[in-house]
Amino acid sequence: MRIKLEARGQQSKLMSYASPILAAVLTLICGAFLFWILGKPPLQALHTFLIMPISDPYRIAELLVKAGPIVLCAIGLSICFRANVWNIGAEGQLLMGGLVGSCAALWLLDAQGIWVLPVVLLAGIVAGAAWAAIPAFLKNYFNTNEILSTIMLNYISLNILLHGVHGPLKDPDGFNFPESAMFSDWQIMPIILDGTRLHLGVTFALLAMVGIWVLMSRTFVGFQIKVLGGDERSAHFAGFKEKRLVWLCLLICGGLAGLAGVGEVTGPIGQLVPNISPGYGYAAIIVAFLGRLHPLGILFAGLLMALLYMGGEMVQIQLDLPRAITGVFQGMLLLFLLICDVLIAYRFVIEKSVSKRVEPSISIESQTVAIEGK
Amino acid sequence: MDLSSKNSRLFLDGITKRYPGCLANDDISIRVDPGSIHAILGENGAGKSTLMKIIYGVVKPDSGKLYWEGQETKINAPVDARKLGIGMVFQHFSLFQTLSVVENIALGLDQNTSSDLDELAERIVEVSAKYGMPLEPHRLVHTLSTGERQRVEIVRCLIQDIKLLILDEPTSVLTPQEVNSLFETLRQLAAEGSSILFISHKLKEIQSLCDSATVLRGGRVSGACNPREESTTSMAKMMVGDETQISSEYPKAKDSLQDFLSVQHLNLKTDDIFGIDLKDINFSARKGEILGIAGVAGNGQTELLSALSGETILEEPNVIVFPDSDLTHCNPMQRRALGMGFVPEDRLGHGAVPDMSLRDNALLTGFLQGLIGRGFLKNKAIDGFTASIIDQFDVKCGGHNSLAKSLSGGNLQKFIIGREVLQTPKCLIAAHPTWGVDIGAATSIHKALIALRDQGASIIIISEDIDELFTISDRICALFDGQLSPIKPTNETTIDELGSWMAGVFGRQQVA
Repeated sequence: MRIKLEARGQQSKLMSYASPILAAVLTLICGAFLFWILGKPPLQALHTFLIMPISDPYRIAELLVKAGPIVLCAIGLSICFRANVWNIGAEGQLLMGGLVGSCAALWLLDAQGIWVLPVVLLAGIVAGAAWAAIPAFLKNYFNTNEILSTIMLNYISLNILLHGVHGPLKDPDGFNFPESAMFSDWQIMPIILDGTRLHLGVTFALLAMVGIWVLMSRTFVGFQIKVLGGDERSAHFAGFKEKRLVWLCLLICGGLAGLAGVGEVTGPIGQLVPNISPGYGYAAIIVAFLGRLHPLGILFAGLLMALLYMGGEMVQIQLDLPRAITGVFQGMLLLFLLICDVLIAYRFVIEKSVSKRVEPSISIESQTVAIEGK
Repeated sequence: MDLSSKNSRLFLDGITKRYPGCLANDDISIRVDPGSIHAILGENGAGKSTLMKIIYGVVKPDSGKLYWEGQETKINAPVDARKLGIGMVFQHFSLFQTLSVVENIALGLDQNTSSDLDELAERIVEVSAKYGMPLEPHRLVHTLSTGERQRVEIVRCLIQDIKLLILDEPTSVLTPQEVNSLFETLRQLAAEGSSILFISHKLKEIQSLCDSATVLRGGRVSGACNPREESTTSMAKMMVGDETQISSEYPKAKDSLQDFLSVQHLNLKTDDIFGIDLKDINFSARKGEILGIAGVAGNGQTELLSALSGETILEEPNVIVFPDSDLTHCNPMQRRALGMGFVPEDRLGHGAVPDMSLRDNALLTGFLQGLIGRGFLKNKAIDGFTASIIDQFDVKCGGHNSLAKSLSGGNLQKFIIGREVLQTPKCLIAAHPTWGVDIGAATSIHKALIALRDQGASIIIISEDIDELFTISDRICALFDGQLSPIKPTNETTIDELGSWMAGVFGRQQVA
């Protein structure tokens, strides 16, 4: 009796939904094992990591505050990925949004009125979109690989931000700390739930979810994006304007990531600091795939990812473990997801060895399917 | 059954092969004698290719026995098959374009026989001359014509002692003259005692070449016969069953003089190093007629289609004019808006998105049929359009949400043709409209094209299938090396004349 991996006739719908759940369960099991190796009681550690962060309303509100920027970035990334535009640069776009939004806020530090916050937010959105326009331009006119250009731009934007916060944007009265001045009340996101840090920015994530869902499932532009990602040659054949679609995807994603960035500095932080993002833009890549590029899926995956961030802080405080645990869990989650996704196109069959014929475990035909499927 | 394996070259007994969701070969038994040219006849999807792959050791059967010269034999890999003296010429050639003929042949041989290239080159010249297939061993493969490439594949088999030669649809890439000389070679081989398995669905060729035939339908043997004693109709019936209608006569269009789409001095340099440049192509397609463009694959068909569809944008103005507008700067979407429709040669991954539903694939080119309102999708209209394609063109599928890639090739082709025809284009340009489609579906596609013509549309068919072009086109021409032959009314030309055009024999002064 042998176990063999065999190509399914067609992709399994069930597995495409079950795979993220299976990946989460496998991550939990390996996580428990990891805690055991580190000398902590596994169940208690998992409790600290995953349950304690959401054990009271304040903490749940905190979870939402963290999930907001992740979901915004992931929603933006999802339309890029649908179009086969591999934007890895949400982090850089987020940082630019935060930086330029802060510049606008500092420039308007003495201004008063309800218009100030929208102007600051708009500055962040435009900055994120402009930062994403660079790889869009390079891809469209020089055929540059957007994976490389967006990753490299992440480092550039981080260094511009560090330069700003250590230099021209530093608070003159700030005892030489690398921080900007605190923003005024007119520039800070209003709190929408008293006693918590839950701010208006979180609702932007929900609005973006709805907006992108309508775009992708109800409009012709969304259809064109899906065709471009599904099969570029067919898109060309139908006469869709590929360059315009690439611009659109990257600009929307950049804008949403920029909004996430400016939402952080005008929200929970309230000033520009060197580390406005603990890697939200990178986490969003995992979230986009974990959520199957679907807005609702992204919402759940974003909440899970926020939970991992909070859990990391919690085990650091309670169990004296490094916060890098968060990164390990993120990595495991993505790894297991990719592994489990094999089961969407393949299934295990148990073969009773009646005949003595020796066959390779993956037959030639199923390999062909795998290649065609890519 | 052991008795019948006696004295046979190859005897298959109850071969069965199952793939997920499909029984490709179901209890197939075949006997091939030495010196016999045996046809395996069947439509696409009847299981011919799977069976040949089993004989050649590429695929292993789930059950059944294979006897080679009376002995039960297991062929586990193509190496084993070659050792027994089995050679196979695949439908899609497996040659390295950037290597020479002799290098390509050496790669397929065992190491000890292939060490000396000069010696091998001499043998290639010797063998290819003996069988009337002249080859220059040191030419690079990408400079060879399709017919010559096929010779390389055949000579590769003949260079070893061959006892059984398998040819998978060998004539689909040849001009009629090349087909005749291939048949001479095969008859000579058979006379020397080699057995030949000839896979095809072209009945006339089988009648002229083969002395026995096995007909497959739906993975089973549906009949065995001597093709010389059967009519093409009776063999076709064995192939498709009684219920399918096989008709092949259509009235030609009345003379039409109104030019609809005109192409003047079309020159196109391709970026693809293995592509073909188009050289000064001139023609016009008239209202209410079907213009057939014949040609062996790789003579500029892809380039011509992409220039006509707008996937490749030309630089010079006034090259393509339809009916009065210059299409130079029109992309495919704008050309569709003017009333043009296109059917590309690759249906999956060009004409349809494999991982999208039929509904989405209907929208792919049907978006101008009132399926979009203010940028939003009109779901009811899309469903209606999809349903009418599926109903009117008898597309067998699981429903609107079936993925394009889940359909069989023939059904997807019906869907794509239906999608274009139902938009009632004023000008339809279709490449290989019935390639790989079964006879019943081909007939219904032909009928739809004729009906569209009779409504006054201008239709251009680019095809390798000469029989098809003679059946449906009103005027006919051929493409060779990016140049277009003269155009003649179909009933004023002959297969021989078209064949010589396909081989590049036409008054170049008309082209220049």
